[in-house]
Amino acid sequence: MVLYNLAFYFFSLITLASASVVVFSKNIVHSAFALLFTFFGVAGLYVLMMADFLAITQILIYIGGIMVLILFGVMLTNRTIDVQIRTGSIQTFPAMLIVAALAGTLVGIFWSTDWKISPTAIGFEKTAPEIGKMLLTNYLLPFEIASIVLLVALIGAAMIARREKKA
Amino acid sequence: MLEGYIPIFVMLAGGAAFGIVMVKLNELFGPKHPTEEKYTTYESGMEPVKSARERFSIKFYMVAVLFILFDIEVVFLYPWAVTFKGLGVNGFITMAVFIFILLVGYYYVWRKGALEWD
Amino acid sequence: MGMEILVSTAKFLIVMTVILVSVIILVYLERRISAFIQNRTGPNRVGPYGLFQAIADVVKLLLKEDIVPKNAYKPVHDLAPIISIGAALSTFAVIPVGNTIELFGTTMKLMIADVNIGILYILSVTSIGVYGITLAGWSSNNKYSLLGGLRSSAQLISYELSMGLSIIGVLMISGTLRLDQIVQHQTMYIGGWLPNWNIFLQPVAFITFVVAAFAETNRLPFDLPEAEPELVGGYHTEYTGLKFGLFFLAEYANMITAAAVITTLFLGGWHLPYAENLGLSAFTLSLLQVLAFCAKVTVILLFFIVTRWTLPRFRYDQLMDIGWKVMLPLAIANVLVTGLILVL
Repeated sequence: MVLYNLAFYFFSLITLASASVVVFSKNIVHSAFALLFTFFGVAGLYVLMMADFLAITQILIYIGGIMVLILFGVMLTNRTIDVQIRTGSIQTFPAMLIVAALAGTLVGIFWSTDWKISPTAIGFEKTAPEIGKMLLTNYLLPFEIASIVLLVALIGAAMIARREKKA
Repeated sequence: MLEGYIPIFVMLAGGAAFGIVMVKLNELFGPKHPTEEKYTTYESGMEPVKSARERFSIKFYMVAVLFILFDIEVVFLYPWAVTFKGLGVNGFITMAVFIFILLVGYYYVWRKGALEWD
Repeated sequence: MGMEILVSTAKFLIVMTVILVSVIILVYLERRISAFIQNRTGPNRVGPYGLFQAIADVVKLLLKEDIVPKNAYKPVHDLAPIISIGAALSTFAVIPVGNTIELFGTTMKLMIADVNIGILYILSVTSIGVYGITLAGWSSNNKYSLLGGLRSSAQLISYELSMGLSIIGVLMISGTLRLDQIVQHQTMYIGGWLPNWNIFLQPVAFITFVVAAFAETNRLPFDLPEAEPELVGGYHTEYTGLKFGLFFLAEYANMITAAAVITTLFLGGWHLPYAENLGLSAFTLSLLQVLAFCAKVTVILLFFIVTRWTLPRFRYDQLMDIGWKVMLPLAIANVLVTGLILVL
């Protein structure tokens, strides 16, 4: 139990510390690397919440895919190391509105969720098969819609690449 | 249960620790004879021309984007695959539809020439 | 809990030692076999038959200067080999090297971490390993390194896809992500005589997986990241001393893990056909099975080595074509066909 708490604080610390580097760093390369650790910390938290399949998905997709894309973006843009990002304050009022709405939603979710604080509360055993069953029975429609979203993204990606064949 | 993850954590930490120790050992035992020339960027013996920080082909981004999209599909397939036997024909048809929709996208991307590498 | 950590650490040290020793043997084998294929002698001076050559190389690398170019980004330049070796060493955690074994009165499974996402752990650690190469290429601030690193990461993620897809057929048959249960499932016999190994049930998946494994370990014919004629050393052009050594080590450790995963998924893991009918004691049988596992891994490793010294290298466009236009459709088709057969 002590170890469980230690692990929780360890991963929380990683997540929060690196996330603040992402936000506050003036160097975009540092931000990108810090994001890597944020994803990693979140994966650790998922494991502690007994959602091991979700944790693996987090690593496979966010660290293995999205982060690679971000790094490509950061690395391959001209002179990223020397550039200092200037974050000026514009559009203060709309931003405050949106942030307030977001914070409200998050706090709402925070209060309404039935948090499982003990690691023995639920079983670990069959996360992946359970998710599979749920996806193909109760959540069939969202699942199929997900494939359409992916299709749209694929088409979008092909459009962005803009590689018209030269006749 | 959660105990199963302790060895994983130890493995990850141990692997990283091994790497750090090795790098530090090398710094400790390796000689240090700094000269100006030695620390220039290697360019087959020529004077380095410009920096390596240049803009790059979009093709690499394209591969990464396609990878993410298909990777998400694959991640959906894992839970389906492990329950496959319990789901019967219905499960197969649902997934066939899912895969088919993606194959349409795949075909489009192919015809659009995004998979060409020239 | 504290006990758990102690036991895991001990296991880690054992596995690390075994991997490092295997790497030393593997490097020696590679050099001797390549020499044999090219009609040379190969290393034969250090120790009997040159057996200690690899150890001498490690000591040499340790005593070399660690050169970090002036323009390189030092923190990341240091971090990259650590990520590579860390990922390479920790992949082995979920691979069962044998069945359960009775030791000091307790039964234990011959694997380090018994988690129920087994195979996905391997895939995800592999995907972390991509960073070692990408960051090495980028942080060196060298054109060869950057090109090598970029090419490599694009190659790795492309083939990771085929790898992930070829596993699905196996998962559908065995209905679990746990590697020990996947092996357990392969210990039956089809028609009473043919071992129920996945290579017989999933031949297409086996081929796509092996090809993807070659690409993931950067072995010829897929070793474009370090294509010497065009990229000098590829992503590790600017690395010297043990930092270079770590990349080298990681490459061979990855090879061993890849061979172990291929064995586990497709070749019945530790299963030694018909051995369970011989009436051996449980302990002897377990020991035999561990040996069987090692033998299978060795055969695959020899295959890796012989392939490297036999085939020429692909061009980069060919490599991407194979990944996206051959492997990917083939793997998807395999999933659909497997599903169809299982349903009918």
